[in-house]
Amino acid sequence: MSNKDKTSKKEPLQEPPLEKLEIGNAVYTTRLTSKFRNRLNWERPDERIVTAVIPGKIQRIMVKEGDEVKAGTPMLILEAMKMRNEILAPIGGVIRKINVSEGDQVPKSHLLVELD
Amino acid sequence: MSSDKKVQELQKRREEVQQGGGEQAIQKQVAMGKMTARERIIKLLDEGSFNEYDMFVEHEARDFGMDRKKLHGDGVITGTGTIGGRPVCIFAQDFTVAGGSLGFMHARKITKIMDHSLKMRMPLIGINDSGGARIQEGVNSLAGYGEIFFRNTLASGVIPQISVILGPCAGGAVYSPALTDFVFVVDNISKMFITGPEVIKTVLGEDISMEELGGARVHSEITGNAHFFSESEDECFDQIKSLLSYLPWSNTDVPEQKKIAQPLEEYNISEIVPGDKRQPYDVRSIIRAVTDGSDFFEIQENWAANIVIGFGTMNGRTVGFVANQPLVLAGVLDVDSSDKAGRFIRYCDAFNIPIVTFVDLPGYLPGADQEHAGVIRHGAKVLYAYSEATVPKITLILRKAYGGGYIAMNSRHLRADFVFAWPDAEVAVMGPEGAANIIFRKEIASAEDPDLMREQKVKEYKEKFANPYVAAAKGYIDSVIEPWETRKSLLHALEVSGEKSVGMPAKKHGIPPF
Repeated sequence: MSNKDKTSKKEPLQEPPLEKLEIGNAVYTTRLTSKFRNRLNWERPDERIVTAVIPGKIQRIMVKEGDEVKAGTPMLILEAMKMRNEILAPIGGVIRKINVSEGDQVPKSHLLVELD
Repeated sequence: MSSDKKVQELQKRREEVQQGGGEQAIQKQVAMGKMTARERIIKLLDEGSFNEYDMFVEHEARDFGMDRKKLHGDGVITGTGTIGGRPVCIFAQDFTVAGGSLGFMHARKITKIMDHSLKMRMPLIGINDSGGARIQEGVNSLAGYGEIFFRNTLASGVIPQISVILGPCAGGAVYSPALTDFVFVVDNISKMFITGPEVIKTVLGEDISMEELGGARVHSEITGNAHFFSESEDECFDQIKSLLSYLPWSNTDVPEQKKIAQPLEEYNISEIVPGDKRQPYDVRSIIRAVTDGSDFFEIQENWAANIVIGFGTMNGRTVGFVANQPLVLAGVLDVDSSDKAGRFIRYCDAFNIPIVTFVDLPGYLPGADQEHAGVIRHGAKVLYAYSEATVPKITLILRKAYGGGYIAMNSRHLRADFVFAWPDAEVAVMGPEGAANIIFRKEIASAEDPDLMREQKVKEYKEKFANPYVAAAKGYIDSVIEPWETRKSLLHALEVSGEKSVGMPAKKHGIPPF
């Protein structure tokens, strides 16, 4: 069959290597997915660090470094998806550092404010 | 006629079983801040309504010294009772008896009461507080879980199924709650995970506490596994009673009629939505502005809060509300909010609850993380659920309805029964700025003053398309109404939809994108 001839001439695909994976006190030999290999280790969230939940533009900053804020105090306005989103202080404390200026375009997870 | 002696024996046997795992184990339970299984049932049900069955069931395990162990009730209490005067089936795992571990007879007591709830068409409430499978019973214990999961699936969409997590619920055990309709968790008491912190530590080196891994807050804020969070068991039981007051007892039943009331005056519907389209507001105020007594019972309040779901009543009848929340993430649809709304819409559809949808969204959330997290297939859940639902479906466009978001939020095209819009509504393929930039790219680029030209073109586009009348001209919107007419219009739409009857093509079941 001509079809079969064609396929047999092809270079064999590179087989991904087998690796070790421990589950339930046993080590298995298996292939790992790239998603698994690139997974991030869990880190304890730090409530004093306020990051952008959505990419957008810093439209206004209502606090300054050294200010004392209560939990829920509006700190800045992040304009994103055609909406002026108020970013509130997650906990009470003192503003240690403001990492952005009005007009800045920030990506998701960008550090905005550090509290003490 | 039974002799006094026989009666005394029965009393003695009952007392013994009612002691559960004994004084010491009960003290431990109390020290953990938990009620006992029996206390929980008594607290949740109407006073004096609990009837217990299978009190004298004993396990049949013989290996590993189990033949010498007597486990009262085999670690679970089952029975029937009433809540608000209506009958329910209930089981509560007893952590004081062998850690509430699930053996073969323990599972059989549960499946027996499950069969009963399905046969008699009443809600099933399961209180989970168990260390997991009873290892000594081996595969028989696994069989028990399997039999429970199978029944959860059969009963799904027929009777309401409620899971209350009041202790550990680990390993395979988590899948029964996951298959039920609503999961209740209590701060510091509920713990749910597939593999515990110890295993995670050895295998992955991640150091995480039980609370951080699968505590009540995690499941109500991050994973979405839980629907209701509370600070205490008492508060949790109140939540369960409230939820049940909105639900029909089965899929062939309708919810009980509640008292009719006007919305509270403090919710002035004409003053909630800011004129500036970029200004956020709390869409829950809109819901409260139309419901009887401004009553709204929110579900999954702290997860995917960019969409709001829950029950309220209008003219005494339960209505399911779905609303974009501009206050959170600008109200976008994303992976989690699509998942949340899609499931709730299917819930309402299964239990004959009409759906009212409030629309104000800029569209789907852009970003590589969303695309890679599968926003295509998750987003499709909303389209699927709305299209499939045959209960009365009413939509009100409050402000923005752009692009795919417009279509997804119960548009006419997905067989909405009534679509209303406020005069301020913008129904368009995208926001004016974006649209003008694309349509008039050449004019803007070649203009002497591109910014001025852009401004002009945006204005032009706004005047022409950023309104509800283009869609109304096609009949995609049935009626443009003033905000104060909202409750009246919704009530009327619900009233005339009472006998709604539409069909679906004959099929075994569809293939929703999950």
